[in-house]
Amino acid sequence: MTNAIEARDVAKRYVLGSQRAAYDTLREDVMRLARRLVTRRPEGRRQRGEVWALDGVSFAVRSGEVVGLIGANGAGKTTMLRLLSQITEPTLGEIRLRGRVGSLLEVGTGFHPELTGRENVYLNGAILGMRRAETARKFDEIVEFAGVERFIDTPVKRYSSGMYVRLAFSVAAHLEPEILLVDEVLAVGDAEFQKRCLAKIEGIGGSGRTVVFVSHSMPTILRLCERALLLDAGKLVADGEPSMVVGAYLGGEHGSMSARSWRDDTAPGDDSVRLRSVRIVNRTGATADTVDMRDEVGVEVSFEVLDRRVPMTPMLALYTERGEHAFNALDPSLSWENPLDAGSYVTTAWIPGNLLNEGRYIVSAFLNTIGPGRLERKAVAQEAVAFYVVNRGDGISAKGLLVQQWGGAVAPLLAWETSRRDEPAHVG
Amino acid sequence: MTEAEGSFDRVRVIKSSRPFSLRLGELWQYRELLYFLVWRDVKVRYKQTVLGAAWAVIQPVTAMIIFSIIFGRFANIPSNGLPYPVFVYAGLLAWLYFQQSLTQSSASIVGNAQLVTKVYFPRLVIPLASVASPVVDFGIALTVLLALMAWYGIVPGIELLAAPAFLALALLVAFGIGLWLSALNVRYRDVPYALPFVAQVWLFATPVIYPTSLLPADWRWLLSLNPMTGVIEGFRWSLLGTGKPSVVVVLVSLGSGLALLASGFAYFRTSERQFADVI
Repeated sequence: MTNAIEARDVAKRYVLGSQRAAYDTLREDVMRLARRLVTRRPEGRRQRGEVWALDGVSFAVRSGEVVGLIGANGAGKTTMLRLLSQITEPTLGEIRLRGRVGSLLEVGTGFHPELTGRENVYLNGAILGMRRAETARKFDEIVEFAGVERFIDTPVKRYSSGMYVRLAFSVAAHLEPEILLVDEVLAVGDAEFQKRCLAKIEGIGGSGRTVVFVSHSMPTILRLCERALLLDAGKLVADGEPSMVVGAYLGGEHGSMSARSWRDDTAPGDDSVRLRSVRIVNRTGATADTVDMRDEVGVEVSFEVLDRRVPMTPMLALYTERGEHAFNALDPSLSWENPLDAGSYVTTAWIPGNLLNEGRYIVSAFLNTIGPGRLERKAVAQEAVAFYVVNRGDGISAKGLLVQQWGGAVAPLLAWETSRRDEPAHVG
Repeated sequence: MTEAEGSFDRVRVIKSSRPFSLRLGELWQYRELLYFLVWRDVKVRYKQTVLGAAWAVIQPVTAMIIFSIIFGRFANIPSNGLPYPVFVYAGLLAWLYFQQSLTQSSASIVGNAQLVTKVYFPRLVIPLASVASPVVDFGIALTVLLALMAWYGIVPGIELLAAPAFLALALLVAFGIGLWLSALNVRYRDVPYALPFVAQVWLFATPVIYPTSLLPADWRWLLSLNPMTGVIEGFRWSLLGTGKPSVVVVLVSLGSGLALLASGFAYFRTSERQFADVI
């Protein structure tokens, strides 16, 4: 099997000043030149104000492989795609590409609002590297996929944003490069269209073409990719099985922290009680960054009671990544009404499987005293830990086998009862 | 797959110390993009204007009327024995093509920043398209010249066959300078401020409103260092049949035009690598 992409010690430097100012003026360059002549500062040395967006990255992608590129914002994913698509070139190192490259860094690049849908399909096709004959051959398919048949001779400035994006994606999706580079452009359009986009990308991957796919959506990476690369601060830190790499990402300092502990006086709490640790555990009791949405997940809270006179009860609050408050929970059992003896305790709250939605949840943990009719917070650990819920798409969940994003802070699997109300009609 | 190029086996190497190369073959592969960019420019330019293509005529005709009154009537500038309006219009036609090309090409890379930062294609296509699309305006304005010639009873001779060659020279000069300016403008946004001023000075340094014969013969070669001298003189001669430019003038203009093109090409090719980072 040949390699479609080979990157060797690729590094890319950006000078912060020029990036921020976006452009220089002649005057500034003349000044700089004059200064350089006077001070003779050696060039090429690593200096302040420069950033290595990529720093010595090497990897190879075999033809036909579907590879996910993940990492936190600013880790260098987009820079890598820009290098692979030849938009900019590396400061050091080299990249070898075998085959026609198509890049989809943005949907609708080069669309002109004054031109009609039809005109834009041809223009955009040419920009993306399609021959006119090729575009003409696929034209009907492109328009049908986008679902804009009726408006194809209307200027796209009159399109709804949904129609615009659908048409733009459709042109790009019909590109047939040997190497396809995709930035997070799938996060467009409505749920139904996203589903079709994902299926399209899946189809491209299945047809033996090489795909490099950047996404922040771990479920998408897990579903689409055979392999994943993790970038962190410009360096390649993990390369391999998607589940392993996704795990490394989520467990790393740029991902969620699924376990947290405190020592001594810095621990949340006061003289009566201190939180010692909070962690997310799976059914086996191991710390977990990622859980399947069908599995139960535990939040384990350890705390130390210092003063036995105060009754304590632990409480949790879960938030989605978008900041929605999903729910609060505490243990309503009466035993908490009695004060605990001084000592160390651990309690685990089990969140049932098929309740949480796909995505990242952030957990805050509290220890409260139960006053007359109200709670008083004694120890507060806001946003103590976080974890990912993923849907591997191969089993029963509240959204069945659907692949599109599913709204809502939670996605509980409900018990549905269905029966027929009228009398069955007589046949014959 | 319909790609006849058989690109699968071709290995593309991307690195910073890539040797300088013309990569004209690649430009040829993207000829359809060139066509679409020209087509887009022309279409968009006229789609939202009320007068549309009439603008291509209004500008040179207005300039012709003003110049005819000031320089033809008041200043009595000689015009190779031709009626001054025809003389100046023929010159203006080529000149306005040149000026429009410079204005468009200098802003072209920055104006297409969205494309430059998101898709790869040979960047040369952009300034090339913006010196090609004003040819359409030139063609429209040319009809007025033909009408003027008919009005004054001027019949073009065999010299007419040379007209496309001089138009090609104008395109070559415009492209050479366009390469310089479009690449410079990415880095230095002074270009759009300087250009109208430079173009104005340049107009007077070019025999548009006066014939080269106005200058002493010993100094004419100096004027022809300006490549537009050859273009204007040659174009006017090929259409109107008088004021034949000397071979030296044409060759010098061609030479300086080629020098501009070669240097512009080299500058563009070396600076295009940073376009996406700097723009």
